[in-house]
Amino acid sequence: MIDVQTKMAERAVELLCVPEDKPCYVLDIGCGTGLSGDYLSDEGHYWVGIDISPAMLDEALDRDTQGDVILGDMGQGIPFKPGTFDACISISAVQWLCNANKKSDVPAKRLYCFFSSLYSVLVRGGRAVLQLYPENSEQLELITTQATRAGFTGGVVVDYPNSAKAKKFYLCLFSGPSTSIPEGLSEDTEEEKPAKSTFTAERVPYRIARRGVVRKSREWVLEKKARRRRQGKEVRPDTQYTGRKRKPRF
Amino acid sequence: MRLLTHNLLSSHVRGVGPRGFPLRLQATEVRINPVEFNPDFIARMIPKVEWAALLEAADTLHLVEVPKEPIQGYEHNEEFLRKMHHVLLEVEVLEGTLQCPESGRLFPISRGIPNMLLSDEETET
Repeated sequence: MIDVQTKMAERAVELLCVPEDKPCYVLDIGCGTGLSGDYLSDEGHYWVGIDISPAMLDEALDRDTQGDVILGDMGQGIPFKPGTFDACISISAVQWLCNANKKSDVPAKRLYCFFSSLYSVLVRGGRAVLQLYPENSEQLELITTQATRAGFTGGVVVDYPNSAKAKKFYLCLFSGPSTSIPEGLSEDTEEEKPAKSTFTAERVPYRIARRGVVRKSREWVLEKKARRRRQGKEVRPDTQYTGRKRKPRF
Repeated sequence: MRLLTHNLLSSHVRGVGPRGFPLRLQATEVRINPVEFNPDFIARMIPKVEWAALLEAADTLHLVEVPKEPIQGYEHNEEFLRKMHHVLLEVEVLEGTLQCPESGRLFPISRGIPNMLLSDEETET
């Protein structure tokens, strides 16, 4: 039985799109007990892990991982020379930056510090794939905003978006010129169902349609009511009295 | 902690920036661990290695047979690559300290794990 962590590590390495048979120097953020690191070693890569928990790192030592591990806080920055790593992965770790453990912690600052130092330690054109569990869309937006501020391009790949259990978020970041992000996995692969809405440059000729209608006429009133219904507002139903010509008393 | 990692580690104390490198190594316990030789990887890491820091670290650990500088055409020189592989990947520091050259701050190494946690005052703003 393959561990969930190992499966996520496998998907993260797949999203990294490193050339085959080329051993890379990879940074594993939040490496924990080194499960993802073991997968990296199996693929022939060399890695360095960083984690904040001494207990997890002790466990990693007992498991005799092939990569070096460092005790450190990613929110304080990655303590390496610029251009050290070819790639970076992270499994279920980055969302912890959004928690403020101490009163003095500001999550946005810690996120920015992390992403800017990550940008620096990656080689030019290096990639980072961070698997995370965002609590809500605001948290995901906070994380992606700070990553963009630090200079990264890229996007979020969502695997199995329709399954509550299997849904996984992978934040794919590129430090070089922008390339297209890979497609997320989904259960029904036969159907060509786009996960994102299609944007068209077509503009609906709205104003031209409205110019023909006389203001305050019955037609105009009906059109306005239909527009408000489209906007989702509460509108009284249309009856025979809608837009009726009132007595001059009004 | 292997010497390759030490060579690339830098201090991230506030205000230090690029002067936080190289970290001065003091080791009390060292271990030699055989690692599978991969010439591609070693050849690719040679340009990233900071030789002065590597020589200093190797000197502290009393290592012999450390090349003084990269040879011309090192990618195909297997003997050179093997020596570098031994120095960079097979020598592990288990106990010791790393010192930031600019701020003098000491990072302890325990069971091969360097402790790079900073206090609040030292963290970059």
